[in-house]
Amino acid sequence: MNAVTPVNKFTWLLKREYWEHRGGFFWTPMITAMVILAIMILVLVSAEFLANQNGVNINGIHLEQLTKHLGVSEIEKMHAGVDIGLLSLSFPIGIALFFVVLFYGIGALYNDRSDRSALFWKSLPISDLSTVLSKVAAATLVAPILAMAAIIALQLGFLVLMSLYALLHGINPFPLLWSPTHLLALWFKLVLIIPVNALWALPSVGWLLLCSSFARSKPFLWAVALPIMAGVLNSWFGLMKNMSLTSTWFWQNIVGRLLLSIVPGSWMDAETLRNTMERAGDDVRIEVGPHLDAGFTLDAIGHALVSPSMLIGIVAGVAMIAAAVYFRRVRTESYA
Amino acid sequence: MNMDMPQVSSGTPIVSARGLSKRYGATVALDNVNLQIAPGRIVGLVGPNGAGKTTALRAILGLTEFDGDLTVLGLDPRTHRTELMQQVCFIADVAVLPRWLRVADAVDFVAGVHPRFSREKCEAFLARTKIKHTQRVRELSKGMIVQLHLALVMAIDAKLLVLDEPTLGLDILYRKEFYESLLNDYFDHEKTILVTTHQIEEIERILTDLMFIKDGRIILDASMEAVGDRYAEVMVAPDKAEAARALKPLSERQIFGKSVFLFDGVDQGHLATLGELHKPSVADLFVATMKGTYA
Repeated sequence: MNAVTPVNKFTWLLKREYWEHRGGFFWTPMITAMVILAIMILVLVSAEFLANQNGVNINGIHLEQLTKHLGVSEIEKMHAGVDIGLLSLSFPIGIALFFVVLFYGIGALYNDRSDRSALFWKSLPISDLSTVLSKVAAATLVAPILAMAAIIALQLGFLVLMSLYALLHGINPFPLLWSPTHLLALWFKLVLIIPVNALWALPSVGWLLLCSSFARSKPFLWAVALPIMAGVLNSWFGLMKNMSLTSTWFWQNIVGRLLLSIVPGSWMDAETLRNTMERAGDDVRIEVGPHLDAGFTLDAIGHALVSPSMLIGIVAGVAMIAAAVYFRRVRTESYA
Repeated sequence: MNMDMPQVSSGTPIVSARGLSKRYGATVALDNVNLQIAPGRIVGLVGPNGAGKTTALRAILGLTEFDGDLTVLGLDPRTHRTELMQQVCFIADVAVLPRWLRVADAVDFVAGVHPRFSREKCEAFLARTKIKHTQRVRELSKGMIVQLHLALVMAIDAKLLVLDEPTLGLDILYRKEFYESLLNDYFDHEKTILVTTHQIEEIERILTDLMFIKDGRIILDASMEAVGDRYAEVMVAPDKAEAARALKPLSERQIFGKSVFLFDGVDQGHLATLGELHKPSVADLFVATMKGTYA
């Protein structure tokens, strides 16, 4: 017979989630990456077409002369700009990941009840707890790790594309675009925030799984319409004014945390985010240094980890996941 | 009749229920059910739609709450479902395999999570079908899906197999093959099978025990031998029909101008004087017992 350890079992549960959701977990970020690359190729081709007519110049400097005008500090700035560019490539895939995880969460404990295959899974010696935890892990780790792979592929594709474009114009792309230390540091940070994103996402994941395990039909309405309706009602009637909570507070801390915390990096507070954006906005004023990508410093991560919103969110998320386990156990109404 | 019935096999019961009840709002699905299922038996649980069969199976499988005492393999199915599922398997018409699942992945998965699953056995069963490992469940016919499910389940060395209408919607070839493999390749004295089906004619030969359930109550619980001893069908010529009716038959029907009477617990030597004696089919017994169910 088989040697079955709890760890092995859990790995099989994760594989099951992957088999079922290969399209969302793997292909959606990959195809997003490919579409972005395709758009870039189109843009470069048309740019090339226009350049042949007008000549390319950046800030009044003709492209062919660009490298000659760059000193060491300018090259550092260039690398910093490339970093920002590479980082922004992760945004569209992050958005794709948000939709993947949103729909995954809503269906995770509902679809197999509606097609009645839940009873097949329940006929195997798998506890409801490990089933639900495997879905939590799929949403917070498996999907983001695969999206991370797509981001890396997109960034490499982007660098290759830009290098080819530079070579086409007789420029050596390696000192300008390729900086292995920057690249590795960027990837390291992107990997590092996956667990932070996961912890931050717990209230959303818990809410989605709770609706998914609880709803007898239309889990989407429960999961999405209910908090939004609550937010709208709250805004209109100033329902919570007595409790001195503003409607912005409700949208941000209740509706937002229930639905949008699965957006990667959404734990970054507004100031951190604005700093990142402002620095990214104007490459001329980039200060090269440890604060270049402020959102991703260890300080910011540590700060986010102990923030009340994070900690309360984790508690609420765990509570909702526990409720989802309970409903997973008792909701077998399809077997009537 | 239920609790007092002598156990046919020795050993602790696989399933033991005492005062098992379940209600859905005002509807009583199970009404104070007492039953015992001994190891090594093939028990047919037969009842009209809505009689409580599925609720009883749900309770045994730990899929529903209930009142009263119920143990399966000595465990409370509500609190020990995960442990229980190492020793209990089930195939239900409604417990379908997920359509996206690939056959090879299904085998890998069950091998990965079930300690009592034998991949070799499963592959051997699959080799006798037309199922390919690369196929997904959605590409298989209904009959092939049941074959796959059966191959997965028969490769598990379980003590109790629960089948709820397992062959519903299958043609006669698949149905026959299903029960043949079950009997020839799976069943032994260590194992117990609990099966519900409306196609009683097809399984009555393989059953060792018969249970009838009506309105949430077990109204018959006996071994097949006991059923044969207790019930008799007599084909009576019209001149003796009145005498037969005097013995209070369960049912009467007409065939070729003769009356066929079904008797419960009437001396068979005496019945033989009235006409030709038959062993009643379970289907006839069922119809006679459940008379008026939907009225």
